[in-house]
Amino acid sequence: MAMHTIKVTVNGEEHQATVESRLLLVHLLRENLRLTGTHIGCDTTHCGACTILLDGQPVKSCTILAVQADGHQLTTVEGLEKDGKLHALQQGFWDKHGLQCGFCTPGMLMTSCALLERNKKPTELEIREAISGNLCRCTGYVNIVKAIQSAAEQQA
Amino acid sequence: MAELKTTAAVSGMGHSMKRKEDPRFIRGKGNYVDDIQLPGMLYMDIVRSPYAHAKIKSINTEKALKIPGVLAVITGETLAKYNLHWMPTLMSDTQMVLPVEKVMYQAQEVAAVIATSRYIAADGIEAVEVEYEPLPVIVDPFKSILPDAPVLRTDKKDKKDNRIFHWEVGDRAATDKAFNEAEVVVKQDMHIPRIHVASIETCGCIADFDRVNGKLTVYMTTQAPHAIRTVFALVAGHVGLSEEKIRIISPDLGGGFGGKVPVYPGYVIAVAASVVIGKPVKWIEDRMENLQADSFARDYHIHVEMAAKKDGTMTAMRCKTLADHGYADAAANPSKFPAGLFSICTGSYDLKQAFCEIDGVYTNKPPGGVAYRCSFRVTEAVHMIERITDVLAQELKMDPAALRMKNFIPKEKFPYKSVLGWEYDSGDYAGALKLAMERIDYVGLRKEQLEKRAKGELMGIGISSFTEIVGAGPSKHFDILGIKMFDSCEIRIHPTGKAIARFGTKSQGQGHETTYAQIVAEELGIPASAVQVEEGDTDTAPYGLGTYASRSTPTAGAAGAMAARKIREKAKKIAAYLLEVSPDDLVWEVGKFSVKGAPQRSKTIAEIAFAAYTNHPQGMEAGLEAVSYYDPPNLTFPFGSYICVVDIDRGTGAVKIRRFFAVDDCGNIINPMIVDGQIHGGLSMGMAPALMEEITYDESGNVQGGSFMDYLVPTSMETPSWETDKTVTPSPHHPFGAKGVGESATVGAPPAIVNAVVDALSHLGVKHVEIPMTPERVWRILKEKGVAL
Repeated sequence: MAMHTIKVTVNGEEHQATVESRLLLVHLLRENLRLTGTHIGCDTTHCGACTILLDGQPVKSCTILAVQADGHQLTTVEGLEKDGKLHALQQGFWDKHGLQCGFCTPGMLMTSCALLERNKKPTELEIREAISGNLCRCTGYVNIVKAIQSAAEQQA
Repeated sequence: MAELKTTAAVSGMGHSMKRKEDPRFIRGKGNYVDDIQLPGMLYMDIVRSPYAHAKIKSINTEKALKIPGVLAVITGETLAKYNLHWMPTLMSDTQMVLPVEKVMYQAQEVAAVIATSRYIAADGIEAVEVEYEPLPVIVDPFKSILPDAPVLRTDKKDKKDNRIFHWEVGDRAATDKAFNEAEVVVKQDMHIPRIHVASIETCGCIADFDRVNGKLTVYMTTQAPHAIRTVFALVAGHVGLSEEKIRIISPDLGGGFGGKVPVYPGYVIAVAASVVIGKPVKWIEDRMENLQADSFARDYHIHVEMAAKKDGTMTAMRCKTLADHGYADAAANPSKFPAGLFSICTGSYDLKQAFCEIDGVYTNKPPGGVAYRCSFRVTEAVHMIERITDVLAQELKMDPAALRMKNFIPKEKFPYKSVLGWEYDSGDYAGALKLAMERIDYVGLRKEQLEKRAKGELMGIGISSFTEIVGAGPSKHFDILGIKMFDSCEIRIHPTGKAIARFGTKSQGQGHETTYAQIVAEELGIPASAVQVEEGDTDTAPYGLGTYASRSTPTAGAAGAMAARKIREKAKKIAAYLLEVSPDDLVWEVGKFSVKGAPQRSKTIAEIAFAAYTNHPQGMEAGLEAVSYYDPPNLTFPFGSYICVVDIDRGTGAVKIRRFFAVDDCGNIINPMIVDGQIHGGLSMGMAPALMEEITYDESGNVQGGSFMDYLVPTSMETPSWETDKTVTPSPHHPFGAKGVGESATVGAPPAIVNAVVDALSHLGVKHVEIPMTPERVWRILKEKGVAL
């Protein structure tokens, strides 16, 4: 199996790793870098539990190879909190009971983070469309929508 | 709900306290099984059968073992040497861990590869060569139960057919008599299809056997860690695994919904591998394995009949049901109840006669009968009664709300003994339906429906007035594999007045770390923020049967209150000593004892706790702690009324839920925010099988719906904005009047949605629609009735 040396910047920190061609990005994050906040729920890009930001865009890290991330900037859920202050979305999810088991939460946070970057005041439908690639089995989405609305208000 | 007894700073019952578990989850610092890495850990992957029924002619592991990094391949033969190739199910049936002779369903475990990385383990399973000889497949339970059907469970020596059980409840003769005398009889067939909980975290474990001290630690996705420990000890006792040397740790769980109650073969193989190799072995299912091999629910084929008078008075109900359990009865029902609590099927109505018979049958499908956010077959029962009630209303041309109001058990009749033997604890069914009708403007909706119908638009309104049955024990009637269904709590108060409370249950997202702390706060006045709640580690938590069937609050929550009350009794004696009065002269207000008539003379719980370790009365044991094993005197009976409004697209057959109003009554409430969240999630898992989810098999037993490509879990786009309200009818026998709520909405929602769809089509002569009501299924009906666009 061919090996490749890659460089990725994760949450502002540069990492170098020598990886097999086939290593999935999600495994690089979870197992090599031990950033286990990014979860795996389906292996087929449907559930969104593995969503991270790649150069600011939400991507599903279970269907991207680690080598494809070479030279890119990645943000995971562990990178949301800054200087001990929760991101508005983290606060919103906590305040509005936007999570139950917590397994989909990191992916939900990263997808909605990208949404609020491009749309400061999303409507309910825009929020629902944005998170439609992230499955939640616990909340029925009602409080997730409220959490994102609350974060948008906090940031306004 | 009575007035709040505590301040927000204490956050006892009734406060919408923000969840204590959330700070770790929103930071990505949860600790799920796959997040755990142990030194020297190996990975396991599983070879699975492509056939639904086949003889295994040979398994060749040579090529796999040549791959660098592959350490072992475990087969049925390997396990048979230790007599570990079969195991009991929770219903005392038997199930293969790995097969020696034949496979019984597609995706069944055939062999396991142990390797140094998960990628190499995956390479290994590709290299294992298995030769099969396909056998005839039975997927249809109606064919399987025929006398001449080939016997599937040839492993059972005396087995002459495919029947698992035949169960009857009620008085057949009296019910038949009521039917013979009935003025009106309606009948309906319905199928509650096979579905899957699909928690976003799949199942998995790390088995870690320490050869030096003989201790086995298993980090495992389980809702019932103590029961699992005992099962492991019973299954593997003969190879030296003794219960005191087994530690089950259930860390954070990414959802459970019943799917993490059973013992799956993968767990047992991982344990065997770790024992043989002497290193930790991790096994994590992928989504396809999860959807194709684990935790199936439902699959009930029901024929139901209702007898009534012409004025709408229900007089009797009878049903005949065929339950497809797959190749093993792996349900997690209490042992005396092969069809679970299906006999709650008289529902919210004052029926004078009823009779049910249920046959369980084997087929070439994965083991079924596990719950899907439902307490032991209650969803099937509620679907049946709420559907046949609407069929009766349609036959009599009565409004379905009026028919329900006419037949509800009146609130004066509680506690109410149902004709099938349950004693309902409390209820106000008319009150809940009335509130739902007011909140959604039922009268206005009916008017709108008439206008829409005149314009050719298809709008429907559906009602479901369900009664749940949760909180098992009592242990007199309820056990799993003989272990009584009590639950437990141990509380220790520290010298500085803070507490740790451990429970025999296990949260999968329900928020126990918060709600259990609130129970202790309510009882002792210690702020919930200062009560550390722990569950899921069998070395530290008291023995309990776990979290499923909405039993945590009714059983372990009750144990929490009872343990706290024991502590309060001791605290009273210490306070009397400190205040130099008799205990009888003290009164308890939240958080302190004070002297009757002299409220300024008092001792807070923190002062008492400090004294318990520094200045306790002579003759009394030091310390302030208690344990309670709570055996409920009865089950609890949450209820509610749901009203659903749908619009049907005549072009596509798509059903859109325009509004859904849920009125729930779960007795007294610990945390209203969390209860609302449970209802939202439950409604979504009620909508899912009504509109989208189903796992089917072709004639050869090939699973259709084995990935998220085909098995449609609702997204934010299909899920409506649920509307909720509540009535509060406390349980008279529960220590703080609570009933449990986790599953009510999943149980109650599906028939409301079906009733709405049928209502939208009733003027076309439609009397029933099977679930899931996919656009295709609905469109075919529209086409047949000549209204498709």
